[in-house]
Amino acid sequence: MTNHAGGVEGLPREQVEQFDRELSRILDRYPPDRKASAMIPALRLGQTLFGYVSPAVQALAADRLGTSPARAEEVATFYVMLETHPFGKHLVEVCTNVSCSLTGGDRLWAYLKQKLALAGAGTTADGGYTLREAECLGSCGTAPAMLVDEEMYEQLTPQKVDQILGSLK
Amino acid sequence: MSETLILSARWGKPGSAKLENYRADGGYQALDKALGMEPTAIVEEVKKSNLRGRGGAGFATGLKWTFLPKDVRPRYLTVNADESEPGTFKDRYIIELDPHMLLEGIAITCVALDIHLAYIYIRGEFAKQARALETAIAEARAAGIIGPKVLGKKDFALDIHVHRGAGAYICGEESALLESLEGKKGNPRLKPPFPAVVGLWGKPTIINNVETIANVPWIVQHGGEAFAALGVGKSGGTRLFGVSGHVNKPGVYEKPVAYNLKQLIMEDAGGILGGRKLKAVIPGGSSAPVLAAHEIDISMEYEAVKAAGSMSGSGGVIVFDESACMVRALARLSRFYAEESCGQCTPCREGTNWMEGMLHRIEAGHAGPADVARLEQVANSIAGNTICALGDAAAMPVQSFLKKFKPEFLAHCELRRCPCGDTGWGLTQEPRDAVAGPMRYAR
Repeated sequence: MTNHAGGVEGLPREQVEQFDRELSRILDRYPPDRKASAMIPALRLGQTLFGYVSPAVQALAADRLGTSPARAEEVATFYVMLETHPFGKHLVEVCTNVSCSLTGGDRLWAYLKQKLALAGAGTTADGGYTLREAECLGSCGTAPAMLVDEEMYEQLTPQKVDQILGSLK
Repeated sequence: MSETLILSARWGKPGSAKLENYRADGGYQALDKALGMEPTAIVEEVKKSNLRGRGGAGFATGLKWTFLPKDVRPRYLTVNADESEPGTFKDRYIIELDPHMLLEGIAITCVALDIHLAYIYIRGEFAKQARALETAIAEARAAGIIGPKVLGKKDFALDIHVHRGAGAYICGEESALLESLEGKKGNPRLKPPFPAVVGLWGKPTIINNVETIANVPWIVQHGGEAFAALGVGKSGGTRLFGVSGHVNKPGVYEKPVAYNLKQLIMEDAGGILGGRKLKAVIPGGSSAPVLAAHEIDISMEYEAVKAAGSMSGSGGVIVFDESACMVRALARLSRFYAEESCGQCTPCREGTNWMEGMLHRIEAGHAGPADVARLEQVANSIAGNTICALGDAAAMPVQSFLKKFKPEFLAHCELRRCPCGDTGWGLTQEPRDAVAGPMRYAR
């Protein structure tokens, strides 16, 4: 294991072992000499297991894929679904792009801000929810849509939003 | 005459995604037929079919395939399932409802082009769709359709894998997609060399959209000429048109490539919400120049839409009724492009942000006519000056909205506010399912 500043020492050993087990299955999809191709799935796996893609998680992924931590950081900061900072227990992302807003997405965004007592994108005081706007989710015919913890919900109404958030653990 | 449905024929059938049902409906027979053909004969059929890329650019698929250098191996196939262009929502239904059709198309394409490894690059937000693909691939592998021997017959190894993105519109651009698949950030590459020559891991790579590849089994089964006959001129087959926005029946409609746009909106999609008047239509995904209400009586065929000053792009049709504020709509679209610019080229990185800021000020009533003129200038400075098409895609909406709806922009300056106020997204804000019923697939 390489020893970068903020390296993997801080990560719980059990989860690192789980990371390695699951990563080996991911690596089956790529030629053995092209392991670095698994950077996105590796970082997503890291996010699931460790909460977010911290510098330590980036270093872990880079080490296992035989590439530099700079490469991991470049990917972690480029893609919106990779979180480089801690976020709420549940992630709520509402599409406000044109097709959704034409059918109420904009209103839904206002409703959610009010419901979660947030002025805009952000995390609730108790850390329960992170709310933000999303770009087009490919649900234009079934608008408005949102992602909650990376699962898509479509044809939303305020009532449905209440139900969905109410059913979260 | 009943309409020919190629892509959506099985949608709505119970269990349409399952392998056994796909086979019961004649699935994988085209692959069987293809295995008995010379690979060059398969390519020839696709050329004859006049199939054009369904991702947006509309490039001739068979011609693209011939760009592969003859002697370089390995070659790769990458299927673009990064469907992220605002207004576009068609590939996801192929994946959800008929994934084996896509896998069969991939298998035939690989056999035709001597490719043994294919990746489906799917956008990160499509979790359900990625699971549907994984399930279908596992079924196909267990049945011996893919693996060491294609269809359990031919000595031809084929592997198909799903690669999930993580939220980046730019990764739908083919060279950015390859960068992303190589585990990097999605910066588009300079072209040439084109991916067919230098692609994934430096090897020749064919990149086709999901809908494009899903047509291949039908073409092999019925012949290229039958496919071409469904279209006109150099465009064959049917297309999936997604209609969204202010219509009574939003959804995906499979129609011949040269279908009339007005008919699609006014008849198939049930006309304009609330019986109001039509104001504008974006005919092919958010990047396509907007058409005014009187300009929509046109064929959706690629060249016809081009002649009308726009593009049929991804077939994503966004409809605005008379109550919508065009400045608000454009401001939101410009925010999208500013958000999604990869930052590699200065005109796009800086310009998209300037446009977003200017449009925000105009919409809020904090700008004057000089700002409207400057906005146009910035758009003109981006177009044509970037490595990939995102710069053009960001500029075209601005240029066309200003050309067709400039009085609305100037009214914002004059009134110092949005004339529509709270209803800038249109008058009807009742939840869609109450207004229009559930999602419609093609009839």
